[in-house]
Amino acid sequence: MIGKSLRKTAIALAAGAAMLTAFAPGAARAEWAPTKAVTFIIPAGTGGGADQMARFIQGVIQKNNLLDKPVVVINKGGGAGAEGFIEMKGSAKDPHKIIITLSNLFTTPLGTGAPFSWKDMKPVAMLALDQFILWTNAEKNYADAKAYIDAVKAGTDRQFKMGGTGSKQEDQIITAAIEKQTDGKKFTYVPYDGGGKVAVQLVGGHIDSSVNNPIEAVAQWRGKQLKPLCIFDSKRSTYTEKVTDDMAWSDIPTCTEAGLPVEYQMLRGIFTTAGATDEQVAFYVDLFKKVLATEDWKEFMKKGAFNQTFMSGAEFDKWLTDTEAKHKELMQGAGFLAAAQ
Amino acid sequence: MEEIGSLLGGFAVAISPYNIALMVVGIVLGVVIGVLPGLGGANGVAILLPLTFGMDPTSAIIMLTSIYWGALFGGAITAVLFNIPGEPWSVATTFDGHPMAQKGKADEALVGAFTSSFVGAIFAVILITFLAPVIAKFALRFGPAEFFAVQFLTFASFLGMGRGSPMKTLASMCLGFALASVGLDGVTGTLRLTFGHDELMNGFKFLVAVIGLFGIGEILSSMEEGLAFRGAAAKLKMDAVIRTWKQLPSMAVTFLRSCIVGCWMGITPGGATPASFMGYGLAKRFSKRGRFFGKGELEGVVAPETAAHAAGTAAMLPMLTLGIPGSPTAAVLLGGLLIWGLQPGPLLFVEQKEFVWGLIASMYMGNVVGLVIVLTCVPLFAAILRVPFSIIAPAIVVVCAIGAYTVNNAMFDVWMMLVFGVLGYLFTKLGYPLPPLVLALVLGDQAESSFRQAMLTSQGDVTVFWHNWLSGGIMTLGVALALWPLVSMLFGKKDDDAVANPA
Repeated sequence: MIGKSLRKTAIALAAGAAMLTAFAPGAARAEWAPTKAVTFIIPAGTGGGADQMARFIQGVIQKNNLLDKPVVVINKGGGAGAEGFIEMKGSAKDPHKIIITLSNLFTTPLGTGAPFSWKDMKPVAMLALDQFILWTNAEKNYADAKAYIDAVKAGTDRQFKMGGTGSKQEDQIITAAIEKQTDGKKFTYVPYDGGGKVAVQLVGGHIDSSVNNPIEAVAQWRGKQLKPLCIFDSKRSTYTEKVTDDMAWSDIPTCTEAGLPVEYQMLRGIFTTAGATDEQVAFYVDLFKKVLATEDWKEFMKKGAFNQTFMSGAEFDKWLTDTEAKHKELMQGAGFLAAAQ
Repeated sequence: MEEIGSLLGGFAVAISPYNIALMVVGIVLGVVIGVLPGLGGANGVAILLPLTFGMDPTSAIIMLTSIYWGALFGGAITAVLFNIPGEPWSVATTFDGHPMAQKGKADEALVGAFTSSFVGAIFAVILITFLAPVIAKFALRFGPAEFFAVQFLTFASFLGMGRGSPMKTLASMCLGFALASVGLDGVTGTLRLTFGHDELMNGFKFLVAVIGLFGIGEILSSMEEGLAFRGAAAKLKMDAVIRTWKQLPSMAVTFLRSCIVGCWMGITPGGATPASFMGYGLAKRFSKRGRFFGKGELEGVVAPETAAHAAGTAAMLPMLTLGIPGSPTAAVLLGGLLIWGLQPGPLLFVEQKEFVWGLIASMYMGNVVGLVIVLTCVPLFAAILRVPFSIIAPAIVVVCAIGAYTVNNAMFDVWMMLVFGVLGYLFTKLGYPLPPLVLALVLGDQAESSFRQAMLTSQGDVTVFWHNWLSGGIMTLGVALALWPLVSMLFGKKDDDAVANPA
């Protein structure tokens, strides 16, 4: 009986509170906080880069008590990530859902025609940019990126094999961009289902090069099995600590420096659902700022040689608009767009 | 030998009351995860990963790998009792494990499954202890052509298994391939056969299909046969362990064959699921009692379980030495290693000696602890069969539904499971074998990718599969195995089954 009446009071109070906020919007800018568990969606399978980062963030939030409510991480990687994004689109009214992105935010709708775009969600923040590096087998001993590209130019068409993760996604887009610099000589692009596998296939000599992320190939670099030729960024990496006996990430030249003017980076960003209010977005921005301030996060960034650029608000929106346009242009040029578009 | 010294050092790290407690907790959790279909080892480890960030890496990985061992053990339980594989690699265990339970020998089947899991794991750990660097180099030789050769061999070793008409086996396998091709095509990056439905983008998940085909299908069959669970006759005898162990020495060849197949598949990395199918297929072909397989042979439980556990354990090797995960669970563990600040790869054995040998020592201990735990629980598991069918059947349906939902957190999968259940029932009624369909569904995708990757690298030249002795040898073996039934049909004796079921 007591329980019942208590519950009634609680419901009445909640209703009253709801009416208050409904009738006085903006009057009391009460800071929003999640009222139930936050679902953190990964639009990719377990074990990949996005998965690692999301689970790491979950651990950091938990370890430092940054959130009262639990964070539940789930993988929804079907249809090259479309499954996760479409779920976000479908639950526009639930601000307790966030998603981490990789390049499939742009490439999947363009390449498969899956019905979503980043505009179906609300951008929260860019956490970092993941780098791409041109790797070759250390035994081949190409002096630099130019030497490798010259070898591609001198070879027969499709003689050189580029391995990458997935199809019509970031790795193949970079490959298509490189092909603009090879006098019409194409690579044979071989898609694998994970970055780690690509690195090992390169060590085994089954492919000639890869554009692995730093963290996917660093072990083989340190083991002197792979050689980094250049980094697809506008400036060199900022990590000057030695990774191998004699080289740091910052010692890898940019591809433009090396005579291969191609730039590409991958967004590691957070989105929430389209119906989220400004203060709900502000809550998440604040939460991730706290995550980014931890020592654990800085260590994680260093290990993966990430480009630590933080963005939110209008600046982030503009970056997204530009990057989407860039993807469309690159994918159109390479003939990767879905038939329907 | 240097390795033995390092290993003893490893035991010193692993044997602390704290670590052993973590081991027990991990294994119990793992068994529970293994029992629940859908909630696989990979999910279980992923969910618990963030909890371990505060621990030191050695303790953390001991706990997480213990969950993995527990899941490997646990998958067999529901496979034997209810014909529901708790994990993909226990599908092959149902073929003989469940008929054994129906004959009232559930306890023997369970003891056999657990013991052979243990043997497989220990064989693989010994291999890891002494041969890690050599094997790591060997795994590098595997390109797309070699992968396809191994997958082809798996299919080949499974051909001609059905007792019914060969055309029905073929039809069943082709349906499996067709279902496997729905969803995203990994090679061209486009969606296939989704007919504009977003739900189909994800493809037909193996676990959902298996839960329906086996679990729900079995319930439907049981209902038709008068609501009696045929395993109810199971009597509890405490001597089950001794009784079963006495039968095992005569299966030494099967053990050894499955250990080798399992280690091979774990390292290359093919994974535990194909290893279990291949182990079963080869045992059926080459064992003296092979023609009784499928009717409740202990050897039919031993073969897949040994191979699966050997593969599951051996999969740790490429993860540690190369940084490539040999299984989905290993992929999650790999992420954990990175988060704890360890870099898997060629240098891990040099730079993180204490961690690596602590882990290897914990593999020995985890499996011993696991075996003791699950063996003591056998009478308990077998007692579940004494619960009346009218009570247990709804419970199984609920567990199946939860399992199917967990795979993708999607209600659609629960409906799919029910559809597959009806399909499974019809298959049984019409005499179509289910195993070829399941095998095609689990391996079809990977085999297709490897084949097309190999075709890409060779620019369409099929001889790429014979471009070196490795893939050429495996392919030739595969072709020979595939043609074996035809050859023995032409020249050999007719077996009893063929006489019993004139086509």
